Amino acid sequence: MSLDVKTVAKMARLARIGLSEEELQAHQKEMQGIIGWVDHLNEVDITDVPPMVGTGLAQPRLRDDKVTDGNCPEAVLSNAPEREGPFYTVPKVVE
Amino acid sequence: MSSLFDYTLASARDALRARKISAVELVDAHIEAIERLDDGLNSFITRTPEQARLAAKEADAALAKGEGGPLCGLPIGLKDLFATKDVRTTAASKILDNFIPPYESTVTANLKQDGAISLGKLNLDEFAMGSTNLTSAFGGVVNPWQRRGSTAKLVPGGSSGGSAAAVAAGLVLGATGTDTGGSIRQPAAFCGIAGVKPTYGRCSRFGTIAFASSLDQAGPMARNLQDCAILLESMAGFDPKDSTSVDKPVPHYEAALGRGVKGLKVGIPKEYRIDGLPAEIAAVWDQGIAWLKEAGAEIVDMSLPHTQYGLPAYYIAALAEASSNLARYDGVRFGERVTGASLDALYEATRAAGFGEEVKRRILLGTYVLSSGYYDAYYLRAQKVRTLLQRDFLQAYEKVDVILAPTAPSGAFAWDEKPTDPVQMYLNDVFTVPASMAGVPALSVPVGLDSHGVPLGLQLIGRFFDEETLLAAGSVLEKAASFTHRPTIHAGVSA
Repeated sequence: MSLDVKTVAKMARLARIGLSEEELQAHQKEMQGIIGWVDHLNEVDITDVPPMVGTGLAQPRLRDDKVTDGNCPEAVLSNAPEREGPFYTVPKVVE
Repeated sequence: MSSLFDYTLASARDALRARKISAVELVDAHIEAIERLDDGLNSFITRTPEQARLAAKEADAALAKGEGGPLCGLPIGLKDLFATKDVRTTAASKILDNFIPPYESTVTANLKQDGAISLGKLNLDEFAMGSTNLTSAFGGVVNPWQRRGSTAKLVPGGSSGGSAAAVAAGLVLGATGTDTGGSIRQPAAFCGIAGVKPTYGRCSRFGTIAFASSLDQAGPMARNLQDCAILLESMAGFDPKDSTSVDKPVPHYEAALGRGVKGLKVGIPKEYRIDGLPAEIAAVWDQGIAWLKEAGAEIVDMSLPHTQYGLPAYYIAALAEASSNLARYDGVRFGERVTGASLDALYEATRAAGFGEEVKRRILLGTYVLSSGYYDAYYLRAQKVRTLLQRDFLQAYEKVDVILAPTAPSGAFAWDEKPTDPVQMYLNDVFTVPASMAGVPALSVPVGLDSHGVPLGLQLIGRFFDEETLLAAGSVLEKAASFTHRPTIHAGVSA
């Protein structure tokens, strides 16, 4: 499958990574190489094979619907790049 | 004992208990060694000598009263992927340059609860993505081993390269690592130490910065398997805070070391004899087979038919999970922020500046294989191939008890020999990835030196939760190999 620069630009946009035109070109070349290599998987017969979503070793478990942690806003906010009182701040998103 | 640097974790533990040495002198000697050697090796990102000295005093007080946990007073290092309360945790990424966790990972909490003393946070590939430790935003790590007659800087392997280098150089008695596709085993082999990747679910992932959640597993790295067994017993255990943690009692691993391999069926997978396997690697593998046979094991030729698809399936699965896990680094709640005119511009600028090249490449590819129109062709197909890879192992374990293979396709290479093609780079993990995909435990032990004088390791792969058999068989290899070589750069060698 071919992976063009436009597709790479779309992925960069979806992943919210700002890339220059030059960087897009460089990534396109490398990603194309890697995708070409993983296309090797098309040789495998996967008819009727279920996908493996985990090792299946852990039993799903329920816990009591109780608060066991929390009430520590200062700890939660301690790494905020910017804050105002008990809030994180970001550029204005609603006019 | 001629020097404090001749102790293993086990012998230091016994000497501390017998009060032959104090925790303060042991910790001080290791802090001094770090100051002396680590500006050159760069195995630590953050050193914590003050906290360590304080903890050593408390350890001596506890030991004097005959108290203290099983690891009381033993200096170790922690891969900087484990969140440590009030101590900077970076994942070797610029985006977490100043991140101070307000909580502690379960694995490191277990070790501290048992009395281990951390000397600091160890370097790694950024977000554990790499096989050389050269992708760290804090600079590459230098392997303490050098080739005979050369001072060329060698890579320590990755991603737990700082952990492997620090242990090999005698800066710590043991370290934590994490293994997603080989990140404990390959650096252990490159640095001539032992490392164990436990069964998926054996050690809690809580507080370990996530790379690929369905594969990430913490494990011990140390100078021998006895030390690894001691550390693993402390690190392992059920944790309700990790939904993939398995509720199973933790055995006394150290007791398994002397079990021997008499009657054990050891599988030799034919697919691991890949084209172009270097003669030296094939030779140590054959030597390992001979050692186990001599010790009474039965050697069984067997097949893991989907081996060649392990690597591409692994990269799809791991990159998809990484792209999702790393979405949280957006410059809003924690981490470094680069401002922008809009929220989207802030995200894009933050992530462009905060992530290194390899991380960006993996996020972009992960986004691609999960994106609409490609999901079935890549991600879903890879998950199905993963089922086949796991079946290979489950079927193999109907006939054999443990599998023997090389750990890596080469010994440590030089910094400037690192392949520029990412696919060539990924091939380093060819022998380690299948066990990760299946979730089964595996370990690496050093068994010899290559023609340049750098270490080579052998890998043992076992059944789910049968780390004990792995340790028993590994211990036989260890004894037969009697690997006592030391790297060029070592704390016990004064300049």
